Formats: sequence, structure tokens, C-alpha cells
Amino acid sequence: MNEAIASQPQRNIVSRLWNDKETRSVIIQIIAFAAIFAFFFFMVRNAISNLESIGKDISLDFLSQPSSYDISQSLIEYSSRSTHFRAMIVGILNTLLVAVFGVILATLVGFLLGVLRLSKNWLTNKLAYVYIEYVRNVPVLLHILLLHGIIVHALPLPKNAINLGDTAFLTNRGFFIPSPSFEPLFWVVAGLFVAGIFFSIWFSRYAHKVQDATGRHYPVFWINLGAIIGIPVLAYFILGSPIIWEIPELKGFNYRGGMVVRPEFVALWIALSLYTAAFIGEIVRAGISAISWGQSEAAAALGLSRGRILNLVVIPQALRIIIPPLTSQYLNLTKNSSLAIAIGYMDIVATIGGVTLNQTGREMESMTIVLLLYLTFSLLISSFMNWYNKRIKLVER
Amino acid sequence: MTEKNYIPGEHPDLPPPSNMIGPVAWIRDNLLSSPANIIMTILSVWFLYIVIPPTLNWFFLDAAFTGEDRNACRAVADGACWAFIGERFKLFTYGFYPEEHRWRVNLSFILLIVALIPVLFDKAPFRSLGLKFSIAFPFIAGWLLVGGLGLEPVPTSQFGGFMLTLVIGITGIAFSLPIGILLALGRQSNLPIIKVFCVSFIEFIRGVPLITLLFVASTMLSYFLPPGTNFDLLLRVLIMVVLFSSGYMAEVIRGGLQAIPKGQIEAADSMGLKYWQSMRLIVLPQALKISIPGIVNTFIGLYKDTTLVIIIGLLDPLGIGRASLSDTKWTGLSTEVYIFVAIFFFVSCFGMSRYSLYLENKLETGHKR
Amino acid sequence: MTENAQSTQATASSENYAVIIRDMHKWYGEFHVLKDVNLNVTKGEKIVICGPSGSGKSTMIRCINALEEHQQGDIIVDGTELTNDLKNIDAVRSEVGMVFQHFNLFPHLTVMENCTLAPIWVRKTPKAEADSLAMEYLERVKIPDQANKYPGQLSGGQQQRVAIARSLCMRPRIMLFDEPTSALDPEMIKEVLDVMIELASEGITMLCVTHEMGFAKTVADRVIFMDGGEIIEENIPDEFFDNPQHDRTKLFLSQILNH
Repeated sequence: MNEAIASQPQRNIVSRLWNDKETRSVIIQIIAFAAIFAFFFFMVRNAISNLESIGKDISLDFLSQPSSYDISQSLIEYSSRSTHFRAMIVGILNTLLVAVFGVILATLVGFLLGVLRLSKNWLTNKLAYVYIEYVRNVPVLLHILLLHGIIVHALPLPKNAINLGDTAFLTNRGFFIPSPSFEPLFWVVAGLFVAGIFFSIWFSRYAHKVQDATGRHYPVFWINLGAIIGIPVLAYFILGSPIIWEIPELKGFNYRGGMVVRPEFVALWIALSLYTAAFIGEIVRAGISAISWGQSEAAAALGLSRGRILNLVVIPQALRIIIPPLTSQYLNLTKNSSLAIAIGYMDIVATIGGVTLNQTGREMESMTIVLLLYLTFSLLISSFMNWYNKRIKLVER
Repeated sequence: MTEKNYIPGEHPDLPPPSNMIGPVAWIRDNLLSSPANIIMTILSVWFLYIVIPPTLNWFFLDAAFTGEDRNACRAVADGACWAFIGERFKLFTYGFYPEEHRWRVNLSFILLIVALIPVLFDKAPFRSLGLKFSIAFPFIAGWLLVGGLGLEPVPTSQFGGFMLTLVIGITGIAFSLPIGILLALGRQSNLPIIKVFCVSFIEFIRGVPLITLLFVASTMLSYFLPPGTNFDLLLRVLIMVVLFSSGYMAEVIRGGLQAIPKGQIEAADSMGLKYWQSMRLIVLPQALKISIPGIVNTFIGLYKDTTLVIIIGLLDPLGIGRASLSDTKWTGLSTEVYIFVAIFFFVSCFGMSRYSLYLENKLETGHKR
Repeated sequence: MTENAQSTQATASSENYAVIIRDMHKWYGEFHVLKDVNLNVTKGEKIVICGPSGSGKSTMIRCINALEEHQQGDIIVDGTELTNDLKNIDAVRSEVGMVFQHFNLFPHLTVMENCTLAPIWVRKTPKAEADSLAMEYLERVKIPDQANKYPGQLSGGQQQRVAIARSLCMRPRIMLFDEPTSALDPEMIKEVLDVMIELASEGITMLCVTHEMGFAKTVADRVIFMDGGEIIEENIPDEFFDNPQHDRTKLFLSQILNH
């Protein structure tokens, strides 16, 4: 027996409480809570007295006042007479726009890079490697600025625009592309497309059932492809191309008509996508190579074809490894889109956290809104990830 | 096929057939093994053909390395105008740090290398002594750079260039590592209040972009301080960078903690070690070792993110470059600036990621042993 | 001896007992793992505990050094009752050595450092003294020459012997063995059992969860059979093996002896 126990009866109440497992954990937590609370109390009290001394209050009234600044690219109607709130919505939509397009392009390029990195061709493999290493090891802000600089400096003025078959024009003021206007018959095509998707979902299940029951295989992929793409395309031409494209035309110093994609958007979109694609490429490569050779060999030994091995054995396992880090790359892309402010693309940070903040002097309110918006995005994405992880765990059982 | 018959058990090792080895076989196996492979090779060669010559021309053959201003460059060549970078090189390195005190920056850099050796190589001589110096280094360097205590003070607004990148990066890692460890332990804790606090802090940090935190530092942080306190902008930025990277550090270390088998803690418990003893002696040494590649990768991310400080007006190399572009002598040379800074980041980050890869391989072989 | 100074004193008769377990219950959530366990272990007694997997035998001995918490009943180890008092838990743990199924050696420390860790940090022994103590026990388990290697460089049997030496370095009065040989290759089981048999001849109190019936016959003073979280039967080894009373004991014995 050691000293501590011998002296036990003399221990005072404090040390007795401290040595009890449950009271100790309560004591530690009370202290921690008090410290955290004191810290926040101190900050909030400072904030209140600081705001008072300069005669400011906390209010969201400024959101309903006119913004009086312009936004060059907006998905909804917006002018300088619109409110700050509307400006914020424009900012949110612009962030989402670049995030959605970025995720799509980054995924396509990323999977391509991943596959190239696994290619047996030494040259392609090394090219993909050099690309990935270059892109990953240079800050994304630099990519954005470099690309923006190249677009603004290297592309010609509208009068000398790069002409892509008289329909699209690349200039340093933006990319001018045809804008579609839809005739009523177009909605038939759109309807067929949606119907095609539903059909293929049903057909896949049906084919699966037939296969289970009789062992017969349908060429599911080709039939679905035909239903989703083939029939709508056919219908489009049979109905006499029911989309009218408005082609931009050079009027004076600039193009009129059609749609314009601003160089800021292009630079941000391409740079973010290519940057994220490099990371996705590595994730895809790692995911696929993590599936041991043994798995492919076992499948091959069973006599499955190369395509079936990929489809039935490698890809389902690789996706489990790939998807969680892939989602966090999507989240990174969304967060990195906040760098838009460096080139003047009007996203959340640049609208409410930038111009609105500077004009109204509402630092507290604006920054809180910005932080909350980003937290919401990441909460949504990470709850999707948790849901997915749970689903995978169920499958494993 | 060999003609000769050998007595069983005495067959010698023969060289492989000649069509299996040599450069021809290598090219056939790696570039031309199938029609698809041949097409890939052709595409790659074509890609190299259109990319490499113009790049080489712009970088070297058509580039101007000397010249007074942009026009002088353009008069000589159409490619890059490196004269610009040459003229501003000191600015890129030291920012606006006063000329007569630059020895302090140089000395800090040399000390940095000394401090890094014991951290990076576990076979370095006098390692335990060296590690103590490494821990002291951020404070020594801070004193050297900022001044005070006998050194003439240099305002942090004059910090800039690569030196600023290193200051932010090193401060970030030096302080975010211990905070990250505490957060990770807190997240694993079975005390609910501490756990909830750590989890919400980590998730908050990881849920918002760094730029918004920097905006908070530059616009609203001063409201939360006692009236009259004026905080240095660089210090505010450093605090935010440390908090930001500690959130990511915590998640990396948590991964390491989770990899430690439960039996390790049970064994430590059954020997009578206390919580902090078993963390310090048993769990953390193992968990940190596994996490090192992740820590290095987090650091690479942090290091690249230091460029964001230009958005709130600090002059890192990118900021110096952009400021220099407004000089009418050199206007329009943004590509040169960006590429120059990109090369700097590429070299340092690629070096670090190689190091982390080397560690990962070492860890892997260590496990197999 | 300082037992009489305890506030959480057990009854006077406890002085003869190393471990007293009275009416002990334990639940994992809804699951009742240990049901009304009663066990008195006299000082120096060697007890072997056996039973099918999931019978609660490991959980029971893990309760003895508070690796698992019990919810009802008393556990008194060497006169100290296991309560929420952390001082009592610390005291018990430094008196009780434990050997695990998967050794749980610390892979980042050498064999020597594994052995000296607890003496240095818990007992506050000077390093030189701890080193010589460790060497002494490493000699007893017959691997002094491996002292400067890392656990990963040793065979399973060697690792388990290091684990035993590591526990002995705290000079425990009670040793708990939680299936010490079941993670070992057959040819290594004997070297570990030999060490344990030698240890048994030295008067230390041992509680050992194992299926090595030969070991039980040689060493044990008493064999305890557990099933479904209860102690079903206990007896001296000869009686236990030759004349089992309970049906479940008979079934268990026939399964492990005939495979």
C-alpha cells in the first residue's frame, strides 16, 4: 500500500471530491464551461460597449435599403436600386453557380486524370502526373489570378474577337455565346428526356428482375442510353429543331444579343475546377489502386470479362473509398470559390461581405451572415456524407 | 529453348530471351502494347509538341533578362520579361523590411534551417537538444524580426515578400500543432461539455473559408477587444491562421488517435498510469507518428493559403508582385509575376510533399517489420 | 500494511483474502453480462477461470482492476474497495498486474522501456534502479538478450513473456491473465506457460482465464467455470475434470477436450 492511501482519513473534503471519478468529471466540466462562458461574456461585453461608444446598434434593417452598386453578372433581375438583401441573394446564387459548374467540370477532369494516372501508357501516365503535381503545389489563388490575367490580357478586344464558327466569340470582355429561346414544341423533347430517365430507372429494375428469374441479360446500358439521349435527340430533329438560338452580333464596340459569360466567372470556374480536379485525380487513383490485385484476379479466375470485373467488383469497392474524400473536395471547391473577390466576381463574400459591408459599415451583421451561409453549405454537404457513410456501413453488414 | 540437357537440380540461371529486355522491349511494353496504347502515345506526343516549344520560347528563348522597363524588354524579345523580376527580387524576398536590419531576416532563416534538421530527420545528431531549440525557435525568430529587448523595433507593416510567407506559415504550424492536439484529445474525451466545445469549434473552423475568417480579423475582431486596445493587423491575421489550421490539424491527429488500439490504453491503465501520463507516454507518441504525413499535408495547405492575406492588404510575394504591376514602368507583366511566384510555391510545396511521401513509405515498412 | 487505515474498509475477515467479489452485477447497456458473481480468492491462491466465449470470464477479471466498471455489488482487492474514488483505483492498479491476450506491448518503446515505464512514472523509481529491476525480471522470463529490441522484432511468445515481465516490474501481489496464450502459435504456448508455472510456485495470487487444461491441472488450486455471466461451478482441479456436476460443465469439457 502506498502513502496516499495511508493518509486517506486526513484528506479534506476538496481532495475527496476531486478524487471521486464522477465529481471530478463534473468539476472539470464546470470549470471548462465557466472559462468558455467568461471568455464569450468578455467579448460580448466589449462588443456592446464598443458599439455604444461609436453609436452603433445591431440591426438587419440595412438589408432592406437600396444597395446602390452594380453587379455585372446576375442570375436574377438586379439593379443598383435593388436592396442589399437582393444583392446578397445574387451573391449566393453566383457562389452556387460557380460551385455547381465547378463540381461538374472538376469531377469530369478529375476522373479522367485518375484514369490516365492508372494508364499503362508510360507517357500519358507521366503527363497526368506532372499536371497533378504542378496544379496541387501552387496556391489556388495564383491559378485564379493567372488565368484571369491571361483572359484579360491575352484575349482580343471585341472587334478582333476569336470567332468560333460565327456562333461564339471569345473576347477579353467575356465569352459571347448564343442564347436559346424555347418554342412550345421543345417541351415535348424535354418531356421525352425526363420520361427517358424514369424509363431507364424502371427498366434497370425490370432487367434485374428478369435476370434473377430467368438468367437472361438485356443490354441495359445501350437501351437506357437510347431512351435518355437517343429518343429525345431524334424527336428534336423530327419536330424541326424547336430551339431558336440568338446569335451575338458585333454592334459598335461590343457584342449584343446572345449570352455573355464574364471573364471573372470563366477564370474562377476553370481555375477552381482544374485545381480541384488534380486532387480528385489523386483520390480516384488511390481509390482504384487500393482495391487489391487479388480482387481483380479472383474475378478474372471466375471467368468474368474485363468490363464486368470493373463494373461488379472494382468500381463498387473503389467508390466506397473515393466518395467520402470526394465530397470533402466538393466542399473545398465551394469554400475556395470565396476567392472570387480577388478578381471581382460577385459571390457571397464580395457582395454582402464586401461592398455591402463597406457601404453600410455593418461589419458584425454582414460577417455573421456570411459565416452562417458557409456553415449551412458545409453542414448540408457533410450531412450528405454522413448519410452516405451510414448507408455503406449497412451494406457491409 | 536451349539444346543442352542439364542434370536435374543443376539447371543454371539463364538470361531471359533478348526480346524481353532492352529499350526496344521497354518502348513496346510501355508505349505501343495495344492499338489504344498507340493512340494514347500519339496523342501525348502531339500534346507535348504543341505545348513545349511555345512554353520554352516564352520562358527562355524569347525572354528578356535585362532591361530598364517593359518597353526595353519588348524591344528585345516577345516572351517573358524577367528583368522586372530581377529588379524587384529584394522586394520579393524581404518586402519593405528596412535595408539595414535585413541581417535579422537572414539570421532567422539560417536558424530556421538549424531548427528544422532535428524535426525532419530522426537520426540527426544531438536530436533531443535540437528539438528543444526547435520549440524555442518561433519565439527567438519573433524577437529577431519584430525587435524590442535591445533590438530596434521594426513595424510589422514593413514585413512582406517570401519572408512574410514563412512567418505566417511557421507561426501557423508551430502553434496550431499543440492546439490541434488538445482539440483532438478534447474531441475524444468522455466529458460532454469539453467534447461539445471541441467538436463545434472544429466543425465551425472547417465549415467556413479562411478568407471569411481573415475578414473577421480585419473588420470585426477589434469590436471584441477591450476599448482602446489596438491590435496589430499581422498579429490578428496570425491568430486567425493559427485557429484555422488548428481545426484541420485536430482532425488529422484524431485520425492518428483512432488508429491506436484500445489495448494500448488498457495496458497503460492497468499499470496505473494517469490520463495525461498515458497520453503523453503511450498514445501521443504513436498517434503523432502516424499523423505526420497528414500534418505535413495540412501544412502544405496552410502554406499555400498564406497567399490569401493579399486580399486584406498584406504584402506577401503575390501582393508585392501585384503592387509592382501598378508601376507604369512595368505594367501588364502580370503573367511573369504570377509564374515567378508559382515557381516559388511549387518548389517548396513539391519538396514538402516528397518529404511526406518518404515518411509514409518509411511508416509502411516500419509496420511490416 | 495500511489496510486498517482505510475509510472504505472491508470487514476484518478480508485480511486473508486477496480479492473479494460480492453480489457483483454488470451490464453493457441493456445486456446483463455478469449476474450475481461471488468469489473469494485467498492470498496466494491460483485460480483458473474457463468457460465458452461470451460467458463473461474476461469481463469479470477486467473488473478486478477497474478496466471495466461494475454497477452493483462490491469488489475488494487487497483490502481496498473499488469505488468511484480514483485514488483507490490507482492503488489497486499498481498492486495488480495484468497480462492481455494481445500482449498490448507499446510498439514505440523498447522491451526495456516497456518494463521500466510504470516503475519510473507510477512508483517514481530512479531510472538505474528501474533498469536493474527490469533486467532481473527479463532474466526470469528468459529473454534478457532482447532488452534493447522493439516489440515488433520479437515472436509472439517472446512478446507475451515481455508483457509478463512488464507487469512483474510493478511487484504486484495479484496477477490477472486474460487468455494469455490464445493469440499464440502452438509452438510458442509452452514457453509462456512455463514462465507462468514458475511464477505460480512463488506465492503470488493468480487469476487466469485460459483454456489450457494441462496448466489448470498442474497449477490451479481451484477451477471456476462460467457461462452466461454466472459462475456455474467451482472445484479443485481433479474433481472438476473427473467429476463435473453441472450439465453445461460436462458439455463444455467434452467440447474442449475432444477437439
